[in-house]
Amino acid sequence: MTPTPTQPATTPAPTPAAVAADHAGREAARARARALTSLMSRNGAVVVLILVVVLGTLLVPSFGSADNLRNVALAASFIGIIAAGMTFVIISGGIDLSVGSTYALAVILSAMYAPYGSFAAVGAALGAAALVGLLQGVVISWLRLPPFIVTLAGLTGIRGLVFLITHEGNDHPSIEGFRVFEVLGTGKLMTIGTPVWIMLAIFGIGWWALNRTPFGQSVQAVGGNDSAAELMGLPVRRTTTAVYVVSALCAGISGVLTTALSGGGQEARIGDSYELSAIAAVVIGGTLLAGGFGSMIGTLAGVLLLFVIQNLIVQGANLNSYVQQVVSGGFLLVVVIVQAVLSRRTGTAEA
Amino acid sequence: MTDTQTPAAEAPVSWQSRLTGGVPLTTWLRERGVYIALLVLVLYNIVATPNFVTLDTIQLLFSQLPPVIIVSLGMALVIGTGGVDLSVGTTMAIASAVLAKMVIAPDQGGFGASIAVAIIVAVLAGLAVGIFNGVVVAVARVQPIVATLGVLVAGRGIALVITGGALVELFVPFFKEIRLGKLFGIPYVMIVAAVLALIVSFLVRRSAFGYRLLAIGGNRRASVLAGLPVKRTLITVYALSGTLAAVAGVIATARLRASDPSYIGLLFELSAITAVVVGGTALTGGRVRILGTVAGAVLIQLLETTLVSHNAPDSVARIVEAIIIIAAVYIQRTSRRSR
Repeated sequence: MTPTPTQPATTPAPTPAAVAADHAGREAARARARALTSLMSRNGAVVVLILVVVLGTLLVPSFGSADNLRNVALAASFIGIIAAGMTFVIISGGIDLSVGSTYALAVILSAMYAPYGSFAAVGAALGAAALVGLLQGVVISWLRLPPFIVTLAGLTGIRGLVFLITHEGNDHPSIEGFRVFEVLGTGKLMTIGTPVWIMLAIFGIGWWALNRTPFGQSVQAVGGNDSAAELMGLPVRRTTTAVYVVSALCAGISGVLTTALSGGGQEARIGDSYELSAIAAVVIGGTLLAGGFGSMIGTLAGVLLLFVIQNLIVQGANLNSYVQQVVSGGFLLVVVIVQAVLSRRTGTAEA
Repeated sequence: MTDTQTPAAEAPVSWQSRLTGGVPLTTWLRERGVYIALLVLVLYNIVATPNFVTLDTIQLLFSQLPPVIIVSLGMALVIGTGGVDLSVGTTMAIASAVLAKMVIAPDQGGFGASIAVAIIVAVLAGLAVGIFNGVVVAVARVQPIVATLGVLVAGRGIALVITGGALVELFVPFFKEIRLGKLFGIPYVMIVAAVLALIVSFLVRRSAFGYRLLAIGGNRRASVLAGLPVKRTLITVYALSGTLAAVAGVIATARLRASDPSYIGLLFELSAITAVVVGGTALTGGRVRILGTVAGAVLIQLLETTLVSHNAPDSVARIVEAIIIIAAVYIQRTSRRSR
């Protein structure tokens, strides 16, 4: 080791190279900060979910038990499946307010057709769901009416249909004896209920379809700018229609699982305001309501987050259901405000 | 549009173009679809519904209509800016809960205030909710659907917290006045609704505030560049919507003679959006039809009354309502695109 020459007492005037290096360093730091905030706004739900689960496990003993976590996952799977379909709709720049009613239609139909066998029950429910989704999709894409209004009419009209087939809500069709498809709801795999696995499978397929298939690319392109997508030769109308069929099918699957788990006997009012929970989950997951960008993983985290927080309120604070509503709504507001502020800082938001 | 002006220069002005102001008759009719539908429905009822043209029917309509009309007025303003207010129903519930809390005697957990003070505080609560929505939308720039969705989810919970989670029966003499009071045979509440409609209509058509509102709905960015006070205008619009919802909440409470946070204002946001859209206000913003909104609210209510009086079940009424919404928007769609 040779002794290093002593530093000059006075700091030398910064050379142009040093200034440039300093500038570049600051640029890089700013870019890192931007990347971090962007990462937070994109994967914020996953980060917050992990934080909340860890904190919850530490602070509330009853929350962390395997039994409780299993129950939370099972409860979340029904809204989760609906939210998976909703993610596609919202990425395409639309919105589907009718999913709660479509869900109810599937719940009632699958119980009603159970006497004719499992195949008839599932087929009738999913067939009807696909049909109402197709109808709304066609009206939205071919008549070019706003999705908000069409699916608002869907919310009212499909609920009317449910009341019609249940004789104004007086019938509560339930499954007599055992039907094979009930296993879909009551079965367990590695101690975890099948609905949870089905939800995970749907999110897996959804992630693949969104990010790895031409259909997914079309959905994102249509949501980003539908006239540009049209000029690029993408099948805009077909994509838009398909998105509402996907959403309705997801609601239908969720409905079938509900009947399978409960054995039927549900009210015609079931699924009221499920569309709000599903939209909230998608938005918390970081999918922009403006369309063009979204994340399946974010939505999954968003759904789990909603149910984990509700569960924590019950387990930890033992508060009644209306305080849960306040916390859920307040949480949603905080998330969307933080997202809006973050995305403006990273310069991705509209002016 | 252009080809209607050339013949007008030579041929004498036809009664059609004099009526429509130069717009093609089909377009003119399409824009007024809600009035035509209303007219058809009234005529149908006069012919086909026994005892329709009785004072009872009209009284019933007049007593049911005011809350929906009042909420729809605020909703029309919000939709005119290109937004939507999903929180109006829960704002009604919050106003109702605040009203109950103020009126109830101190020994039962209330404030024992006079009814006048209670109503003022309830309306102020609605104003506060509206300002909150407006700030979230205008300053934090959260999309209106999501911003007001948060209040929709939380609001009913807040109302339940205020009343302690239960229905509160209210024995207020003034409520009877609100329910049954009449001036020249017209219920007070209907007069209130009509006056509010006139004021809001004046605001939209004649005031600088109305022009700003429509400019923001037409193009928010351009409005910012033009130096309009976009934030202040948006906050005012949501504040008005919250205030009007609170007024409707007070009326609904008086009709129910109780504050029931889980019932008051339930699904009102959907009825109001339907009335506004059926009335010809563009969901994309930039155009507001106040009279059309009132007609839309009357149309939906009359439709329900008609179906009920013909013994159609509730389920059929819902399906018919869905078809009417789609039809109304479809009919008005073409005329909207031509501008």
